[in-house]
Amino acid sequence: MHIPDGFLSTSTVAVASVISIGGVAGAVKIVGKELKEKQVPLMGVLAAFIFAAQMLNFPIAGGTSGHFMGAALAAIILGPWAGVLIMTCVLIAQCLIFQDGGLLALGANILNMGIIGSFSSYYIYRLIISFNNSRNAKLVGSFVASWVAIVLASIACALELAISGSSPTSIVLPAMAGVHALIGIVEGLITTVVLRVIMASRADLLESQPVTR
Amino acid sequence: MKSKWWLISLLICLIVAIFSPLASSSPDGLERVAEDKGFIELANDAPFQIIADYVFPGIENEAVATITAGIIGTLILFGLAYGVAWLLTSSRRKQTYQPASNRKD
Repeated sequence: MHIPDGFLSTSTVAVASVISIGGVAGAVKIVGKELKEKQVPLMGVLAAFIFAAQMLNFPIAGGTSGHFMGAALAAIILGPWAGVLIMTCVLIAQCLIFQDGGLLALGANILNMGIIGSFSSYYIYRLIISFNNSRNAKLVGSFVASWVAIVLASIACALELAISGSSPTSIVLPAMAGVHALIGIVEGLITTVVLRVIMASRADLLESQPVTR
Repeated sequence: MKSKWWLISLLICLIVAIFSPLASSSPDGLERVAEDKGFIELANDAPFQIIADYVFPGIENEAVATITAGIIGTLILFGLAYGVAWLLTSSRRKQTYQPASNRKD
């Protein structure tokens, strides 16, 4: 879902960049204040995993592939602000080194996959486990949160394309949401499996309060 | 062993990167929509290329080039996010440390 340069109008780029700069600045401030020392290597591991897993495009219907996004995984483990920071690191490296996602579109990509992905998944996960805090509820919650996060990110992406005049809303919005509703199933499975593995091996990493404000 | 959990985790990430040549080469969700709905030609190429398309330049074997790109990227991301998190928390460590050391008694 990395938007290349050319898809977005100048005004869309400007608005998305301003929102992203604000979001990342907030993330820097809050993560700096709240992140525990034990969580510092976890930031590195999550960014490394999300990058590596994003390379593994999996086939979905009709000659289309999808790849892991990872914002939900990061946000569920470390909170939405740390999720924004991790996704920003991944997206900046992908843009500058791997030419995946446009330079001017970086702000929009951070907004969609970083900010919208992290915050939506975090709060949906929290809402679900507020009803039932069992391990199974956490796994179901992580699946649902991951699915919603990638679908919302794709809807935001579609709206940006529509506002930019690249494609009409009535065409691009259902197309993007439809494809990512399928990709979201795999997104949810990956997040849930990784969380299940962490629960089994190092549950203490999930116990410390995630970074929230 | 317990203190090295992140090293084991990083190894797992590198193993994931090694599987990258198996990735589907079909267009992803956005690329597919852009092709089907006729706006893919709006995309501009990047003004510079470093490890474009996750293929490390100058390596004949494409699988090896992809694995190399994946390993480099995974290590960069680990270092980058670890470094950012360390820097952000290091200023706080100094702040919480100073009152104790500056105490005049």
